[in-house]
Amino acid sequence: MAKNIYQKIWEAHLVHTPTGQDAILYIDRHYVHEVTSAQAFEGLRLAGRKVRHPEMTFATMDHNIPTTDRSIPISDPLSKAQIEALKSNCAEFGITCFDMNDPRNGVVHIIGPELGLTLPGMTIVCGDSHTSTHGALGALAHGIGTSEVEHVLATQTLLQKPSKTMEVRINGPLPAGVTAKDLVLAVIGKIGTAGGTGYVIEYTGEAIRDLSMEGRMTVCNMTIEAGARAGLISPDAKTVEYLKDRPYLPKDKSFDELAQGWLSWASDAGCSYDTLVELNGLDIEPQVTWGTSPGMVTAVSGRTPVIAELADANAKLSAEKALEYMGLAEGMPITEIAIDKMFIGSCTNGRIEDLRAAAAVAKGYKKADSVKLAMVVPGSYEVKKQAEAEGLDKVFTAAGFEWREPGCSMCLAMNDDRLEPGERCAATSNRNFEGRQGKGGRTHLVSPAMAAAAAIAGTFVDIRAWAYKD
Amino acid sequence: MEPFKKLTGIVAPLEALNVDTDQIIPKQFLKRIERTGYGDVLFFDWRYLDDGKTPNPDFEMNAARYAGASILLSKDNFGCGSSREHAPWAINDYGIRCIIATSYADIFYNNCFNNGMLPITLAGDVVEQLFQEIRSADSYELTVDLEALQIVKPCGGTIAFELHPFLRERLLNGWDQIGLTLLNEDKISAYEKANGIA
Ligand code: SF4
Repeated sequence: MAKNIYQKIWEAHLVHTPTGQDAILYIDRHYVHEVTSAQAFEGLRLAGRKVRHPEMTFATMDHNIPTTDRSIPISDPLSKAQIEALKSNCAEFGITCFDMNDPRNGVVHIIGPELGLTLPGMTIVCGDSHTSTHGALGALAHGIGTSEVEHVLATQTLLQKPSKTMEVRINGPLPAGVTAKDLVLAVIGKIGTAGGTGYVIEYTGEAIRDLSMEGRMTVCNMTIEAGARAGLISPDAKTVEYLKDRPYLPKDKSFDELAQGWLSWASDAGCSYDTLVELNGLDIEPQVTWGTSPGMVTAVSGRTPVIAELADANAKLSAEKALEYMGLAEGMPITEIAIDKMFIGSCTNGRIEDLRAAAAVAKGYKKADSVKLAMVVPGSYEVKKQAEAEGLDKVFTAAGFEWREPGCSMCLAMNDDRLEPGERCAATSNRNFEGRQGKGGRTHLVSPAMAAAAAIAGTFVDIRAWAYKD
Repeated sequence: MEPFKKLTGIVAPLEALNVDTDQIIPKQFLKRIERTGYGDVLFFDWRYLDDGKTPNPDFEMNAARYAGASILLSKDNFGCGSSREHAPWAINDYGIRCIIATSYADIFYNNCFNNGMLPITLAGDVVEQLFQEIRSADSYELTVDLEALQIVKPCGGTIAFELHPFLRERLLNGWDQIGLTLLNEDKISAYEKANGIA
């Protein structure tokens, strides 16, 4: 019988289903970061348990670390304690940890694929909702809570109910200037932030096949914002090409053998899904969120909603609240919204291709005087190194953007990078929740090119009309 | 884990959609390395004025009549966003052991059971009705009976709810999930052997 990729991975990792209980699923790769792990290690210690397979777990620090000079000690004692705790927990339990000065360090969802730790057909978990990112390589990747982190450390398994599957098919190509970020925001806008609840989504169709691996990661990354358990894209020649020469590839097989194995996970022709959602690529425009949830999104050519035109009471209630928080009027053109800050980075859009797209826009321009801060934070040291080798950092600094050390940074503002109350930001990250980037801060989610253009123009502009200087 | 069998308590209303974990507990409180002590910062940005200390009079849950609530009532997609288990820890630490809402985000829902908390899903009109009743009574308590899978209202009326039988079993017994999984240690080892995992 023809199977889809989710069914294949599920079956291959099913250890056992105890009567009446959830299935016990074997986990191939476990990523750990500083914020959601300390209590899990503490739990193990209290119960006198060991880590079952320390070699399958890799740790990095990313959420809490400064993006400024790393040789200066971290000033916040709590951040420092959390980072120290991760280091000592990893040492105690025998887990590899990419310390904040290690050249392999970076945001967990950036470095997994980059190092070749994330491979097609794997089951992957991490105490972080954006673990869905790894699905771009054809791995079944779930975000989990800290109790589950402890469970995986102790048993190398996770309890799961089988998910329903949703095919999200993007027909035809994307128009010029429209990116993976716009694509996934449009999907969320269509199905809603809970539209994927209970489902694992597989993205298919021409526009998805055409995306680079970086673009696919952006799409899978934000799948969690649609409420889905995971997002997946079947591996293909691009996936194989991307993985070539990655440092952590298995050594017991030749690359060709590995590639054969990876490709075999792809969904079979004629397989079925529980639900199908279709979009036409050519209908998608550059997207900008106007509210406080990623589903509150519209095209850059659009306007903020008019409350009276909304269908049901719940939509009215949340739109009203969101517009008030965002300090926006009803029916306002998106291109009239002026920003105070700009942030390019995060596990959604902190990869080399994202920085290239932003640099292409910024080249030869200067940020608007009204924009107080425009910061570019690479997703990892590897991305930083590559960007510097290509001279992108110079383009950014010439435009008046700040070039920082890698980390999560202003995606969630746990370190010193944050918005002040009332400040408005064009951000390439994934969440525009109230206070996400700092208490009272107002976040608009956009693609890297759109963010760079907004920093230069001072307001949102349609990137399709941008005058690139070369 | 403490078993959850029956709970009678005050119900606090939180009338919002998509209550995300950043709202339940903002990131500045995620730096601690303990599981407890988060109750005071639950719903921090909504609950306190800008000084971070004075209770916000406009935040409904702050009203005196909801003090000591052990049940929370909310709407669609509760607990969406970040996977932080600090969210259920904060709710639990505040004293709330049961949440009633129309739907939940997956990770949050799982996290509740790992902390002995009961998330109940009810239909929109039933939840709507509860919001009204809570607000029109001076003090409103519900009894949540997990054994009988029903909620008993002050008037004596009941609302039935559904729960996966195993999750019910787990809460009723307060079972530790790792211990339960390790009862299948032989199966895990067999899987590893079959897949060449040393
Ligand atoms: S970059 Fe943002 S979303 Fe990604 S792991 Fe870091 S905090 Fe989470």
